[in-house]
Amino acid sequence: MEDMPSALPDGEPVPDDGALPAHALAGAADRPLGFYLHVPYCATRCGYCDFNTYTATELRGTGGVLASRDNYAQMLTDEIRLARKVLGDDPREVRTVFVGGGTPTLLAADDLVRMLGAIRDEFGLADDAEVTTEANPESVDERYLATLREGGFNRISFGMQSAKQHVLKILDRTHTPGRPEACVAEARAAGFEHVNLDLIYGTPGESDDDWRASLDAALGAGPDHISAYALIVEEGTQLARRIRRGEVPMTDDDVHADRYLIAEETLSAAGFDWYEVSNWATSEAGRCLHNELYWRGADWWGAGPGAHSHVGGVRWWNVKHPGAYAAALAAGRSPGAGREVLSDEDRRVERILLELRLREGAPLSLLREQGLAASRRALAEGLLQEGAYAEGRAVLTLRGRLLADAVVRDLVD
Amino acid sequence: MPAIPSHVPEPSRTDPALIRNFCIIAHIDHGKSTLADRMLQLTGVVEQRQMRAQYLDRMDIERERGITIKSQAVRLPWAPTHDPGNTHILNMIDTPGHVDFTYEVSRSLAACEGTILLVDAAQGIEAQTLANLYLAMENDLTIIPVLNKIDLPAAQPEKFAEELANLVGCEPDDVLKVSAKTGLGVEALLDKAVEQIPAPVGVADAPARAMIFDSVYDSYRGVVTYVRVVDGQLNKRERIRMMSTNATHELLEIGVSSPEMLPADGLGVGEVGYLITGVKDVRQSKVGDTITSLHKGAEDPLGGYKDPKPMVFSGLYPLDGSDYPDLREALDKLQLNDAALVYEPETSAALGFGFRVGFLGLLHLDVVRERLEREFGLDLIATAPNVVYRVIMEDGEEITVTNPSEFPEGKIAEVYEPVVRATILAPTEFIGAIMELCQTRRGTLLGMDYLSEDRVEIRYTLPLAEIVFDFFDQLKSKTRGYASLDYEPTGEQSSSLVKVDILLHGDKVDAFSAITHKDQAYAYGVRLVAKLKELIPRQNFEVPVQAAVGSRVIARETIRAIRKDVLAKCYGGDISRKRKLLEKQKEGKKRMKMVGSVEVPQEAFIAVLSSDDSAGASKGKK
Repeated sequence: MEDMPSALPDGEPVPDDGALPAHALAGAADRPLGFYLHVPYCATRCGYCDFNTYTATELRGTGGVLASRDNYAQMLTDEIRLARKVLGDDPREVRTVFVGGGTPTLLAADDLVRMLGAIRDEFGLADDAEVTTEANPESVDERYLATLREGGFNRISFGMQSAKQHVLKILDRTHTPGRPEACVAEARAAGFEHVNLDLIYGTPGESDDDWRASLDAALGAGPDHISAYALIVEEGTQLARRIRRGEVPMTDDDVHADRYLIAEETLSAAGFDWYEVSNWATSEAGRCLHNELYWRGADWWGAGPGAHSHVGGVRWWNVKHPGAYAAALAAGRSPGAGREVLSDEDRRVERILLELRLREGAPLSLLREQGLAASRRALAEGLLQEGAYAEGRAVLTLRGRLLADAVVRDLVD
Repeated sequence: MPAIPSHVPEPSRTDPALIRNFCIIAHIDHGKSTLADRMLQLTGVVEQRQMRAQYLDRMDIERERGITIKSQAVRLPWAPTHDPGNTHILNMIDTPGHVDFTYEVSRSLAACEGTILLVDAAQGIEAQTLANLYLAMENDLTIIPVLNKIDLPAAQPEKFAEELANLVGCEPDDVLKVSAKTGLGVEALLDKAVEQIPAPVGVADAPARAMIFDSVYDSYRGVVTYVRVVDGQLNKRERIRMMSTNATHELLEIGVSSPEMLPADGLGVGEVGYLITGVKDVRQSKVGDTITSLHKGAEDPLGGYKDPKPMVFSGLYPLDGSDYPDLREALDKLQLNDAALVYEPETSAALGFGFRVGFLGLLHLDVVRERLEREFGLDLIATAPNVVYRVIMEDGEEITVTNPSEFPEGKIAEVYEPVVRATILAPTEFIGAIMELCQTRRGTLLGMDYLSEDRVEIRYTLPLAEIVFDFFDQLKSKTRGYASLDYEPTGEQSSSLVKVDILLHGDKVDAFSAITHKDQAYAYGVRLVAKLKELIPRQNFEVPVQAAVGSRVIARETIRAIRKDVLAKCYGGDISRKRKLLEKQKEGKKRMKMVGSVEVPQEAFIAVLSSDDSAGASKGKK
């Protein structure tokens, strides 16, 4: 569930062969390259989810082209080959691979390994490459994990969300409490060095104590990375409808703020440091390098229906429906649905809004006069750290992290 | 239907003895326009197929809202049933029906010798009708009481005939009963008008004197001026003089309405008609002014002329600041047809450039605002209406305040506010509720009379400012809609008035300042800070919202600081969306007004300032 907002932006068309403007590849060698592989299948759709996922195992596009769980690895391989053509003689090896969904572990472990193999074949994997997959606690076992590890995966991320049954029920999560923690142990046993647990706070019906219990349970399992997200109730989801009908209460923003502070307090007491607004790790090595590529303007190719890519200031996104995606690839066309070529100003704004979310912050040199004035106000209001500011960086304080979007709105002026 | 009369006397050659000038006094929906329509048909001036409902109401707004704003005059030939060979000329002058236009009504009445008092047989007389009836009585007009809608099942002709008889001083049997809708009794009414209303009396060979009772701007013809000739004669092509301004004009056209404009050679004693001089602005042809001939003209004008005086002020601001020039142009155009409309540019820190506009009253405000929005396509913010205050400083300086933000800060000796004499008619069961309302609005009871066993007339002196602020809505709700209200300005009184300022994060917001009685300042302050707390979004810091009189804070709320404004996730696919959301939020931020360091959405200003929920009297058309 990393990469997939359901609505695609507006943009210009992508050429049939997927070719990029020449300037996108200029200086590419200096930037790391990552791959995101999207698996758009889920056993059931969760009530809060608005990602691009499908519960059917088979979907057809125009001309009857079939996209199914069975041929899915082959389709992604086709797109990885397309990527090779588009990037031409780009010499870069791949630094990170991240398989997300949907539920990647609905595919056979061998399929995930085959997709990784396609990347290795076409681009080569760096020796220290980070290779992550998301995993559903109920759809993996020791053998599955061992197959992944042997196939080259070295990081795994489990969707735990909560340790409380009643919270999981509101979220429509089907796993039993305790299972994600067991998964961590199994992953460790299979040889995974890096393990993440995803948590969600602010679910209707969750109390402060429920949230503390979830954090404690997650910490007890011994991951080296924890992501904690405020529940976003997206329009069009089942949960949004239930809230509108008054069946479940909406969580107040102040409650979200309280839970965030609880998370920061609990996680830092357990030796975790925040390195992005919603991400904590036990060490530098425990950070998710792939996500850092997103936040630092690196290049990545997103393969799969609805996946987003970025190379050298060009962002594009694939058609959403697996059938349409399969049909484009079968016809030898790029599955790109649209793209945008970022202006210098767009890139400046993106850098501020992404880098400000990081522990290292954004350099003040990105700011114009009005933005600088705003940064001084933010400093005075205690939203930016004084020490870092003196060294020329805008770094959010704890209170600032909770108001990051408001700070960004002023700093981009 | 009677035959079309023969030997119809022509304009300028009509024996005054054959002329009857009258108007119809009626409450808005009591059927005046329908009765006028029926008269047009019966006298044959409008053929059946041309007839459209409420022929005389010209403007769309009037037609839609069923109100009459501008008066008109129609010349109707009528051969009475008892004397068919002797065709008379009936000049029917339509009068505006609302409290704001009392002065115009008084001029219309001054042009008449008689009036038809038209009352709905199911509802009885209403306050505004009663006020106009008193006005007619003061003008010594002959009154013909008529009950309309007697065909309605709910009609109570006996009850209301008695009520009218008491008011007019006649026998209940003298009250005519008609149905303007079916035409029943309308012929008898026309006969009665010929029989009872006195013929006009004037000096035919004296210098011409004609009174202007209406003045209408027409985009094709310029200003059309409606007059009643009192003495002498006005002839086409002659030069005339306006006696209040001494401006001279040539009579390009003179004639009568029938009801289309019909040019004639002139107008003689007692006649009613129109004239066109080519002026483009009704302020050059003022209602109540006297017209005379330029050569050998009259020395003394007819009495009763007054300059219209605005009683209520409101700031009008374009929602989109770039519409300001359009608003100015639209006001200029409206003023061509509305001598009572005054305005001057005004700047508000909160609302930008606009105009402070003076009106005769709340209906006038409402009509002007609606015409600006409808006819000129403008989106406007109208600030809550206020009255004009006269402030005497301790050093003797006198300051006229038409905008609360101009209320002086220094040592004030006295503040004067306009007061009105209000007349309220209602069923007796509501006496208590009405008196309670008037008491809380600083009213002084003047008297109370029973119109009939179960209806009462209550008279109060009230500050106009209290009426301007939701009085009519309150009155209607406390009397389940049964009460009717009329008021007329009667002067001013010295009152303990203070200015309440609103401070956001310590900064005064000029647009929210208000002048209230010192006993009501607290309630106003509490209400407004509560409303602002609701409307202003939480900021990065805590924002106190305070109401203050001078330096004394009388109410306070706190807008808590926002604690969370961050999207939980921002991964690869979120970035484009996030940047676009940011652009959208920046646009939204532009629509915020910065008040000091606080971002206030435009909507908050509109909600607090707009007269929609505070000045209910604008709904007092009915």
